[in-house]
Amino acid sequence: MSVLVYIESDQGKFKKSALEVASYGKAVADQLGTSVTAVTFNANDASELGKYGVEKVLNVSTANGFDAKVYADAIKQAATAEGSKVVVLSSTSDSTYLAPLLAIGLDAGYASNVVALPTSTSPFVVKRTAFTNKAFTYTEISTDVKVVAVSNNSFGLVESSGNAIMESFSPTLSSSNVKVESVDKAADKVSIADADIVVSGGRGLKGPENWGMIEELAEVLGAATACSKPVSDLGWRPHSEHVGQTGKPVASNLYIAIGISGAIQHLAGINASKVKVVINTDPEAPFFKAADYGVVGDAFEVVPTLIEKLKEFKAQNA
Amino acid sequence: MKILVCISHVPDTTSKINFTDGDTKFDTNGVQFVINPNDEFGLTRAMWFKEKQGASVAVANVGGPETEPTLRKALAIGADEAIRINADAKDGFAVAKELANVIKERGFDLVIAGRESIDYNGGMVPGMIAALTDANFVNKCIGLEIDGTNAKAVREIDGGKETVSTSLPLVVGGQKGLVEESDLRIPNMRGIMMARQKPLTVVESAGANAETTSVKFEKPAPKGAVTLVSPDNIGELVNLLHNEAKVI
Repeated sequence: MSVLVYIESDQGKFKKSALEVASYGKAVADQLGTSVTAVTFNANDASELGKYGVEKVLNVSTANGFDAKVYADAIKQAATAEGSKVVVLSSTSDSTYLAPLLAIGLDAGYASNVVALPTSTSPFVVKRTAFTNKAFTYTEISTDVKVVAVSNNSFGLVESSGNAIMESFSPTLSSSNVKVESVDKAADKVSIADADIVVSGGRGLKGPENWGMIEELAEVLGAATACSKPVSDLGWRPHSEHVGQTGKPVASNLYIAIGISGAIQHLAGINASKVKVVINTDPEAPFFKAADYGVVGDAFEVVPTLIEKLKEFKAQNA
Repeated sequence: MKILVCISHVPDTTSKINFTDGDTKFDTNGVQFVINPNDEFGLTRAMWFKEKQGASVAVANVGGPETEPTLRKALAIGADEAIRINADAKDGFAVAKELANVIKERGFDLVIAGRESIDYNGGMVPGMIAALTDANFVNKCIGLEIDGTNAKAVREIDGGKETVSTSLPLVVGGQKGLVEESDLRIPNMRGIMMARQKPLTVVESAGANAETTSVKFEKPAPKGAVTLVSPDNIGELVNLLHNEAKVI
């Protein structure tokens, strides 16, 4: 009956989004009067999960890396073994890849982009974003087993006391017909999905040659870099940086928009960010209506000053 | 190669979103409906397979008669035939199940569906179709080549991309990157005229049940006014972000 949480790791470390999933799972388990079991792959040490309320960890050893079908099948077997009625995942690319497969495997209703604890557990109703952050919907899941994907940075990390006991779990691993040939991932860069802070540039920056200061600002803040749709359409920056309704969603703690006017599609995509800062020469830019803090000024003057002030701030708070 | 592109009929990206009936229904008043952008990238890639590799391309939608103009637009862009499954798009599961029934009945080698619709953002239809039809599946697909029954696909991962090899039958969750924005086609007059002659078949619903229901909608709380900081006092912005917003 325990709540099952799927815990992802990256290079041997549990992802922050996975710890958020554990925190969420613990809170749901408290609502239901049960405990939390985690399922994870190739973990060495599970003690960190205890801090976020996980009591038992089912560790699956595989020689191969992530495969949506194989992982979905293994998680399904863990859910069945635990008799779990609620399975919680994160909103990473891998979790949202396997979630629909898992939902079909478990005959479970699935709700993605969930931003808060169930408002009721019987019927089971969760709040999720819809219309690309222009609205929320309260979604009732009417199946016996429920699969829920929690939006990154929506619930936060909640520590509790406890110890996680790791057990090895050996599901029957299915075969897959999707074989990874190559991975192209910048190891030293923060991804938009994982970032606490995102620094984003728009057409106001006038050309790709001016992105040095955006990258420097991102580096000072430990942030990911992003861009508006026109910038990616013009080929100034790669598509992977395009954020907005048809690009990537952003749900960071801090979003800094530089030279971005704030078209409705862009604002929808970044609306889940907690604090928004806009730097733009045009005081009439729609972004000022959506932002928490704004600077009406020339990015080419404001950004270098901001970098300097942040460096001073970091030196003082180091 | 037989390709099916699943088309979701969604409000245009510039739409203002409102609700009626005590916030239980989406207000379609004054809303312009379009092909879901993630589906349109897939449709445009399918056109490439049609023109370069002789594929046939069908489009399908689950919905009432009001969604037919959206299917006609897909025909005007170049699809060979359209299928409307006459059912309410109750939830992602019901839509996937209706589509899976048609796919099993007619047999498609490649199914392309947007990774999510821009209205409900469920992100489940492509994966569920793959699971229900026992096809291979690649989500967030940003590149796709087919050679015989072999497929090479590029998938977006967090912070990068991954190239995979797989085979037909295949379902992909499509998005921008399958083709570029500049590759998208605006139907021309000839395409619009030809679309009128192309078959649009209405298939009766298989009666798929929903597993989830939107019981109530809510709009985000109105935002407070922006705090403006003078460009001559950027130190104050750092101070506010640290002490007031507590984000640095």
